[in-house]
Amino acid sequence: MGELKLMKGNEVIAHAAIRCGCDGYFGYPITPQSEVMETLTFEKPWETTGMVVLQAESEVASINMVYGGASCGKKVMTSSSSPGVSLMLEGISYIAGAELPCLLVNVVRGGPGLGTIQPAQSDYFQACKGGGHGDYNLIVLAPASVQEMNDFVDLGFELAFKYRNPAMILSDGAIGQMMEKVELSDIKPRWTDEEIQKISGSWATTGKTDDRKQNIITSLELDSERMEEINHRIQAKYRKMEEEEVRYEEIQCDDADYIFVAYGSSSRICQKSIEIAREKGIKVGLLRPITLFPFPKKPIAKLADRVKGMLSVEMSAGQMVYDVRLAVNGKIPVEHFGRLGGIIPTPDEIVEALEQKIIGGK
Amino acid sequence: MADIDIIKDENIVYKKSKVLTDNEMHYCPGCSHGVVHKLVAEVIEEMGIQNKTIGVSPVGCSVFAYNYIDIDWQEAAHGRAPALATATKRLMPDKYVFTYQGDGDLASIGAAEILHACNRGENITVIFINNAIYGMTGGQMAPTTLVGMKTATSPYGRDIDLNGYPLKMTELVAQLPGTCYVTRQSVHTPATVRKCKKAIRKAFENQEKKIGTSFVEVTSTCNSGWKVSPVEANNWMADHMFKFFEQGDLKDAERDNPDDYKKFIE
Repeated sequence: MGELKLMKGNEVIAHAAIRCGCDGYFGYPITPQSEVMETLTFEKPWETTGMVVLQAESEVASINMVYGGASCGKKVMTSSSSPGVSLMLEGISYIAGAELPCLLVNVVRGGPGLGTIQPAQSDYFQACKGGGHGDYNLIVLAPASVQEMNDFVDLGFELAFKYRNPAMILSDGAIGQMMEKVELSDIKPRWTDEEIQKISGSWATTGKTDDRKQNIITSLELDSERMEEINHRIQAKYRKMEEEEVRYEEIQCDDADYIFVAYGSSSRICQKSIEIAREKGIKVGLLRPITLFPFPKKPIAKLADRVKGMLSVEMSAGQMVYDVRLAVNGKIPVEHFGRLGGIIPTPDEIVEALEQKIIGGK
Repeated sequence: MADIDIIKDENIVYKKSKVLTDNEMHYCPGCSHGVVHKLVAEVIEEMGIQNKTIGVSPVGCSVFAYNYIDIDWQEAAHGRAPALATATKRLMPDKYVFTYQGDGDLASIGAAEILHACNRGENITVIFINNAIYGMTGGQMAPTTLVGMKTATSPYGRDIDLNGYPLKMTELVAQLPGTCYVTRQSVHTPATVRKCKKAIRKAFENQEKKIGTSFVEVTSTCNSGWKVSPVEANNWMADHMFKFFEQGDLKDAERDNPDDYKKFIE
């Protein structure tokens, strides 16, 4: 059993980063995630593990610092919230294009624009459908608890390095701000220079030694034929992720007639909605995607063969619902329910929506 | 190779730096980039730091700098090279890290990144090529375009009412306490090439002393963008640009505050 603590989700991100041997964090303050950098600067990991923590002049600079750090084969990360992540998208596209590993954390708040500082899930498209320019995807992990905020830091880095692709923890203001019991990860030392050579020496900019050619980190290729090849190679990685990295959780799906599909905070509320619905005699279960990309298409398609309808519950105007519909492919009705602008739906509202949109809609 | 072998070492007066690759440069004849690339490569070779130097290239004509200087490179997004260099240097403090940026990259879209990197005193070297025009995109107005100068987007000449004033980035960064060496050089005559090389060497050597950011502007020509011959471009630069972009050192911590400097490096 690891060390047990009562902590905010944002604080846990910081502790998990130090503990998993992260080399560098570069960020810019924005509510509701500022505790990540506050915790890091309070902990002073540069005196213990040697981790670099730097407050950048903007989100644009932070993501480009991540780009530079990732180019060196280092475990680097940033965190922000929705408007800040919008500013980072150019850099994220470059990092994906240059095929570099890094960890991004988005503690989502309601938009559009400056929006609100309250929790929302309205950045699903931005996180899962590219967001920046060009054909790319992030590995997107959706924590539903403070514990998962801890666990997904290490997992995010692991997947990012496995595929040389940026990974994102898509959290929200509720998970970031709430305090829960968490079992902290065991402490792992930072990689040594020798380990970095072994893991990333074939591409990282660590200094061109006589025994090898230059390592060049770039996303530029003006020859269209070669650029198409690069795109195919990157796409092949995404297809492999879809085969091997899908993570999800099923709750009370075995006997269910109806399914809630929900991630993060919404999935927590849906668990209460399941209790309420079942007391009313409505057999409903929950499919909780843990990876939003790759999306659990197959388990949803499988459930669609035997249930009567699905309700995608999101704190957005309906974004993930499109992926659920694609997976279901018209076999059963799929509707969306959500609250906007930073409002968290109540369990009763969700049951009511199920009754009206799915059960009553038949 | 036979004809090279017969040249005796003592007779060699000049040879290409081995840190320059054999790739044919894409720069226009007359462009300053080629000369500055050569100087950077020579400094790296002479300091023996090829295996310890990381370059960060910009977006602009020198986006392909990595094809010509045989070291590890990162190709940054437009204007963001100082951010990449910041992280690279902080994560690998024993490496030599430099950015190579043009005036559109450094003085326009990347103004925030360069000012803050200099203000933090990042222990890096910045090579700033200022040719007062956007070369790669076809000769548009740059933040450093002189008043009255005609470009593709100031076809009647830069008008201060419409476009504001040319920006002296080098003077700006010299004001920041984080910079230790700020100089403005050029490469249009053999004498200035030699001087510029000394400045670049000093800017790299400063990284060993960990005394802050070293910033070398090279006032440069873009004869294609300016639509003149290479010789005319050199003359035009000397006659017009040097009046506004005055040549020489703006700041040298070692020279300006010798006592503070000594204390600092101790």
